[in-house]
Amino acid sequence: MQRRLKIGVLCSRVRVEEKWIFASLEKRGIDFDRLDDRVINFDLDDPMPWKQYDAVLERSISYTNGLYALRILNAFGVPTVNTAVVAEACGDKLTTSTLLMKAELPQPRNLVAFTPESALDALEKLGYPAVVKPVVGSWGRLLAKINDRDAAEAIFEHKATLGSTQHQVFYIQEYIEKPGRDIRAVVIDGRVLTAMYRTSPHWITNTARGGAGELCPVTPEIEGLCLKAAQAVGGGVLAVDLIEHPQRGFLVNEVNHTMEFHTLQPLSGIDIASEIVDYVVNTVKEKV
Amino acid sequence: MSTVTCPECDAQVTLEAGAEVGEIIVCSDCGVDLEITALDPAVVQLAPMEQEDWGE
Repeated sequence: MQRRLKIGVLCSRVRVEEKWIFASLEKRGIDFDRLDDRVINFDLDDPMPWKQYDAVLERSISYTNGLYALRILNAFGVPTVNTAVVAEACGDKLTTSTLLMKAELPQPRNLVAFTPESALDALEKLGYPAVVKPVVGSWGRLLAKINDRDAAEAIFEHKATLGSTQHQVFYIQEYIEKPGRDIRAVVIDGRVLTAMYRTSPHWITNTARGGAGELCPVTPEIEGLCLKAAQAVGGGVLAVDLIEHPQRGFLVNEVNHTMEFHTLQPLSGIDIASEIVDYVVNTVKEKV
Repeated sequence: MSTVTCPECDAQVTLEAGAEVGEIIVCSDCGVDLEITALDPAVVQLAPMEQEDWGE
């Protein structure tokens, strides 16, 4: 008799996306455990408790917890969605940019420096306004639009006091006059499922910051670029964010590996949670 | 439906059907975020503060 499939879902805070995923797993009769990253611990000499899972779906709200858990699980030989390699490629914006660059995909111009002084030099080269982003972070947190040198000096001084060494990596991006919106597309297993515009009068259009969703037709151009961006970071279950540049057209802004889809699922009518579950089930037999 | 007491303001907060452990609800009286930590019986506690590496 064939053994019943067992899936682990790594999470902590349960958002509506996780509730939809749990419901989809239950509907299919798939045996699964919720693995709260605030409760579990790993013994690197003892993979057996984790080998019971045919695959683990990583939905941790914390990038750091999710990434390290994936590294351990992948080292144990447990298939995961996504893999640690993909999580690292997406979770660190600078790493994503280097992979997009390597794949020769269009993206905003990015400059990187490691001290406030060299970051000021980079900004003078790029020109104002410009955007400074933390290399790790989401929901539009700690993004700064810098309009002049005075603002740059103030922001860099504040970043220097934030403590984390990651804030001493100055990731500077050209400011793009986008048409009050950006595009988020969901890509699973080499297919663009759906896309939406995230519209906001504010230059930060993230729906976590109040941006509104509106369906975006998936044109061949959008589809092609999103598929290439997903491939550049290693593929899997991903959300690709695009910006429309007034002259250069679509640019890849970031790729997300544990995307939220609370706006896009009801808007599109596509059961993204079930698509994710399908992908996890299909991943089970693959090697990490 | 279960009712819990908000640890911040002592208001009675009702959990909706389908509530999950780990889910965040908002106290309608004081607006604080509460995390559901158990369902039977229902228990909530103040939700952890948002961290720098949260979200997508």
